Amino acid sequence: MSAVMITKKVRKWEKLPGKNTFCCDGRVMMARQKGVFYLTLFLIVGTCSLFFAFECPYLAVHLSPAIPVFAVVLFLFVIAMLLRTSFSDPGVLPRALPEEATFIEMEIEAANGNVPAGQRPPPRIRNVQINNQIVKLKYCYTCKIFRPPRASHCSICDNCVDRFDHHCPWVGNCVGKRNYRYFYLFTLSLSLLTIYIFTFDIVHVVMRSVDNGFLKTLKETPGTYPFNHSPKKTTVLVCFFTLWSVVGLTGFHTYLISLNQTTNEDIKGSWSGKNRVQNPYSHKNIIKNCCEVLCGPTYPSVLDRRGMMQEDSSVSATPAAPSSSPSSSSSNPVTQTTKTTAPLIPNEHTPEDAKPSIAASAEKSCSPKEELPPDSELPPDSKVPPLASPETDAEASIIKDKTH
Amino acid sequence: MQGLVPTATDGNMATEFHNLQELRHSASLANKVFIQRDYSEGTTCKFQTKFPSELESRIERTLFEDTVKTLNNYYAEAEKIGGQSYLEGCLACATAYLIFLCMETRYEKVLKKIAKYIQEQNEKIYAPRGLLITDPIERGMRVIEISIYEDRGSSGSSSGSSSVSGSTAR
Repeated sequence: MSAVMITKKVRKWEKLPGKNTFCCDGRVMMARQKGVFYLTLFLIVGTCSLFFAFECPYLAVHLSPAIPVFAVVLFLFVIAMLLRTSFSDPGVLPRALPEEATFIEMEIEAANGNVPAGQRPPPRIRNVQINNQIVKLKYCYTCKIFRPPRASHCSICDNCVDRFDHHCPWVGNCVGKRNYRYFYLFTLSLSLLTIYIFTFDIVHVVMRSVDNGFLKTLKETPGTYPFNHSPKKTTVLVCFFTLWSVVGLTGFHTYLISLNQTTNEDIKGSWSGKNRVQNPYSHKNIIKNCCEVLCGPTYPSVLDRRGMMQEDSSVSATPAAPSSSPSSSSSNPVTQTTKTTAPLIPNEHTPEDAKPSIAASAEKSCSPKEELPPDSELPPDSKVPPLASPETDAEASIIKDKTH
Repeated sequence: MQGLVPTATDGNMATEFHNLQELRHSASLANKVFIQRDYSEGTTCKFQTKFPSELESRIERTLFEDTVKTLNNYYAEAEKIGGQSYLEGCLACATAYLIFLCMETRYEKVLKKIAKYIQEQNEKIYAPRGLLITDPIERGMRVIEISIYEDRGSSGSSSGSSSVSGSTAR
């Protein structure tokens, strides 16, 4: 009676085995390394605030007030997409529970037959036919599952991710089935924003040059002058270097989307055409592929990160307090706690165990009337409900008390 | 001994799962069968309708196939690419996906239907036969897990079955 199992309720994200970090009680899910993500955020916010502070006022007055408004909208969209990509579950596949793992293990053994000792067992591969193409499913030794088609194990996050694209340190998360759309929209909107800011930087310089003369402008306007450490130079430089990489990346992903491929498959050359293997997931129609990736169904997370689960931890303590059995204490507050807890404890076992112990406890409590317990128990369908749940036993004890 | 007191009270609170919980408590788990995914039509969620031999003595083949086919239809409905999903996708994109903070996606709606359907099937068909289906979403959409329960011991067979029937009658 000294060691008591105490069940503590915890959120499921606290027990997920991958290398992830969670914020806001499981709402936010990211990889552990977030340094580059903060750099991305800093670069975008920094560049845009320089643009808003030093160029937008002039452009709004001299050209059109719509310019800063559109920039703000685009900026907010970029940030929303970045956060959405970074903070969402990329499509992590939960690891197999022990029973499923043993089931798969048994299946593998049955398929392989007896492997002689000292000989290497064959690789754990399952072939499936997808749209008349044979695709190999590999067994994941960490997750104890056969990875679904297009899934891959991310070594950084230590999770199998469905439709794994790549692990992107810039957004601090894997890019997979659930956030690829956001990632693509992020790169697309970011390249638009970069082009936009870069263009209006140039326009700004040109307009000032027309007004004042080019060299004077360079000296006067902070930042345009290349040898002057000032904010505008930073804006132009950051934009210039970001431009090529981000626009290039967007172009690459547009190409991938039109073929319905992932970066992972492209790098591996899975559907490169050798052995006449073609991408079985493609609809052979660019528009249809784009629509599927960008406007297809929004897949739910299968992790249930904020769901509750019970964690058992045995702690030595005094016998269970009466507060742990609210049903019995609420149903009959008059009876003593010893009487109510006594029939509750054996009830955790099979009903057969409960019967003699109830009889025993009843004998202890009401010694002069030995004939009552068998009477109250023998006809179970007439008065007493079936002995299955604790409240029925509590009722039974009430009946006994009343008859007593 | 005392550790099971909270679980028993849990059973009282979740009244809708009551008889299923009782099945879990009153009978012992004998085996589990896992229905695997069928990838023949791509990565859309679809499960194999092949009848597992472990269930042969427990349930009629048609009943099982009916359940799996209905589930497959539900998933096909959720993952269907068409006008509605395009509309949802474009609307969400225009609002920077902030609309999902206050709107359920079609997939989530179907998942609720599936959860309800599975509970219904469990109560009507599977629990009386000592079987329980687990919602595939709880297993990462990889498998349909079917737990096979057996009455505890040889002497406890009568009481185990009576408790199951008693719970379904309630």
